[in-house]
Amino acid sequence: MTAILRSSVIRKTAGALATLFGVAVFVFFMLRAIPGDQISASLGTEAAGLTEAQRQALVEYYGIDEPLTTQFFSWLANLFAGDLGFSVRAQQPVLDLTVAALPVTFQLAVFAILLALIIGVPIGMLSASAPRKARDFVGQALSLLGLSIPAFLLATTLLTFFAVNLGFNPNGLGYKTLFEDPAVNLQQMFLPSLVLGFGISAPIIRTTRAAVLEIRGQDFIRTARAKGVKTQRIQFRHILRNALIPIVTMTGLQFGYLLGGAVVVEQIFSLPGIGRQVLLGIQQKEYALVQSTVLVIAASFVIINLLTDLLYRAIDPRVRAE
Amino acid sequence: MTQLKQRLNAPLKAIALASSAGLVLAGCASATEEPTTEPTETTSATAEPEPTSGGSMVVGITVDPDTIFPWKATQFQAFRMLENVYDTLTAFDADLNVVPGLAESWEVSDDGLAITFDLRDGVKFSDGSDFDSADVKYSYEAIQDEANAAVARSTLGGVTSIDTPDSDTVVLNLATADVGILANLTSVNLAIVSSDDTEETLSTATNGTGPFVLESRTAGQNVVLARNPNYWGDATPLDTVEFRVLPDEAAIAAAMSAGNVQMAVFSDPITARTVTGDVTVNTTPQLSYHALMLNARNGSMTDKNVRLAIQCAIDRQAVLDTALLGEGAVTGPITSPAFRSDPNARPCPERDLAAAAEYLAASGNAGGLEIDAIVAQNLYAGAVEIAQAVAAQLAEANITLNLEVLESGTYIDRWIAGDFESAIALNGGRPDPDGMYGRYFPSTGNLNQVSGYSSETMDALFAAGKSEGDPTARKQIYADVSAELEDNAVWVWLFSGYTYTATSDSITGFTPMTTGSWQYLRTTGLK
Repeated sequence: MTAILRSSVIRKTAGALATLFGVAVFVFFMLRAIPGDQISASLGTEAAGLTEAQRQALVEYYGIDEPLTTQFFSWLANLFAGDLGFSVRAQQPVLDLTVAALPVTFQLAVFAILLALIIGVPIGMLSASAPRKARDFVGQALSLLGLSIPAFLLATTLLTFFAVNLGFNPNGLGYKTLFEDPAVNLQQMFLPSLVLGFGISAPIIRTTRAAVLEIRGQDFIRTARAKGVKTQRIQFRHILRNALIPIVTMTGLQFGYLLGGAVVVEQIFSLPGIGRQVLLGIQQKEYALVQSTVLVIAASFVIINLLTDLLYRAIDPRVRAE
Repeated sequence: MTQLKQRLNAPLKAIALASSAGLVLAGCASATEEPTTEPTETTSATAEPEPTSGGSMVVGITVDPDTIFPWKATQFQAFRMLENVYDTLTAFDADLNVVPGLAESWEVSDDGLAITFDLRDGVKFSDGSDFDSADVKYSYEAIQDEANAAVARSTLGGVTSIDTPDSDTVVLNLATADVGILANLTSVNLAIVSSDDTEETLSTATNGTGPFVLESRTAGQNVVLARNPNYWGDATPLDTVEFRVLPDEAAIAAAMSAGNVQMAVFSDPITARTVTGDVTVNTTPQLSYHALMLNARNGSMTDKNVRLAIQCAIDRQAVLDTALLGEGAVTGPITSPAFRSDPNARPCPERDLAAAAEYLAASGNAGGLEIDAIVAQNLYAGAVEIAQAVAAQLAEANITLNLEVLESGTYIDRWIAGDFESAIALNGGRPDPDGMYGRYFPSTGNLNQVSGYSSETMDALFAAGKSEGDPTARKQIYADVSAELEDNAVWVWLFSGYTYTATSDSITGFTPMTTGSWQYLRTTGLK
């Protein structure tokens, strides 16, 4: 490893750790800034009937009796020991819940990204192949639709349409993992991936179109054409390969967002993923659950970004040279 | 229960409730058509084909139970599941009559200060151990212990001691006579657990005497109940009942349409209408009620004339029509069928702006006045719409209602502290009026700071209602309570809503209840 590379890795790792610490502090204190606590979230207005001794007993039960700083550092210390906390609601360690939920969201994100790429890249290339012509307008229109149709609307519509008209509602069967029942699992992932993938395909169409148009006009493409290189080879070997950097950047970002941001789709399609875990934690004010899960999401995001950086090196020799 | 087969042509509007909760945490939404049929109350068990034995049923729920420990359960889903796993000394039938539960019979002493329960013989917990009076004593004393933070502790507040003369007999000794306690003991928050169990053991597994046992629980996904082989009553027709978490009501409707789910309670009537196939939707009036709570200890609300002006300025039916599109019924304070208040027995049965102006003038506010109202934004659907409709009507009476729309946590904190001049609220109801209001309006009630009102008359009436054994006389006492509340415009009671229970036509034997209870899962089976 060169000194420059080593320094770059150290810099990026330090930046990532600082980011995660910032997220930890932010989430921890933001959660507690929200009015109410686990007692009022759990009991609602029934909490009005608690005696002082009962309230104190519940404060201890939920572990919210320590000073904030003590809670924070004890949480951090436990994190380093691999203890993400305990969910009183589920009566399970947060780590176990996260280990169960993360693969669901990860699988959903991978499928959504794959669908987005399958939809987005060819349409983007087609759009760019004939700017301001019919196929370009169709591509742009699809991209506009992807951007403007809210995921909750598309998800609810597809769910209802398939269930009512076709009797197809695998998500109503209760979630099955890929290992439990691959056929059902893949069916359960189909519509949610499609909804997310359609939304993400929009920026990918636009990014692909812009990148392809830019590269098409460059000298080396003209040279390749002049040398008689086949059009197909130019399209894929020269243009697409060079257009991949912005596409990979965009895809990496979207993948990161998906790991934490698929709440709506997970909710509508009843997928027990990480987004739903956070949402339920917020509703129940389960501090340990929310802060640890958010940290896991943030860590995933940071890792995806690091991987995206590494991917640049694989697809762009200029980055390797730097 | 007379069923309403509404299918798709019937409008739906709902308010899901937790019958024991002080304020209901579920919601309602708007409908688009006028009702074509009137809702019908639960009156008796459904005359349906006998269920066949065996099979499984899936119930769609939007969130999984947040606890399986009965003494701390307040969430709707937890309540509904646990009442099928644990028993109580007394129970309700479909008409809300108090009937034997684990106690086969009981006798109240002449002075009303002791209730002797004769316990059912041959009852076992699901782990096979025997049930006896020691379990009742253990459970009730633990519920009374503040350190256990049991939510129904106040129900046993008047119990001074518990005697167990023999294994089949329990005697509750009371500080003062309490007729309503028999109804209040039906709550699963007062479930009888084995004296060998603790909160810790019952937080991960159940051990009740009820018709079902917890078979499995996967957080965020499902809870499966299986028939309890040791159940003392008739064995449940169903082998298992799965409470499947489908977090969105649209997902539940889709699952019902596709036949994946056989039963669900919808809070959103529009969504319930999207269910297709062989499904029946029962509309059940609820005991919960919407009210404009007025804090008679705060600001201008201390003046009875101001409160009466507000009462006279509000057209309850118009608010109901505007905010909930007519899905509900105008109500007085008491919603329990046996004690129901006449909604028109009040100084202003109909909107009367002239009377409102007179009351305002009498309060020295002829030129109008401003009132603050807290409203929960995300606690239950419809709150903001109701608040806006009420505010619009009050504005016509020269009363400006300043709406403070709050996040649920803030709202609950303010509500609990009684820190409001007025509050738009959805409060839970109970079958017995003492259980419903005995904690709000007597000066010693544990929610009296929230109700914002007490008086010597009210204290005397509630004391009389607690000790009166004659049903007719007791009914009159609570009619007097109702009149006292309305004549003083303590709050403005608006209306009660409905819940919508969708059941697949492949199942039989289920009876929805106005309490929201799903206790009739024990008689539900497949056709």
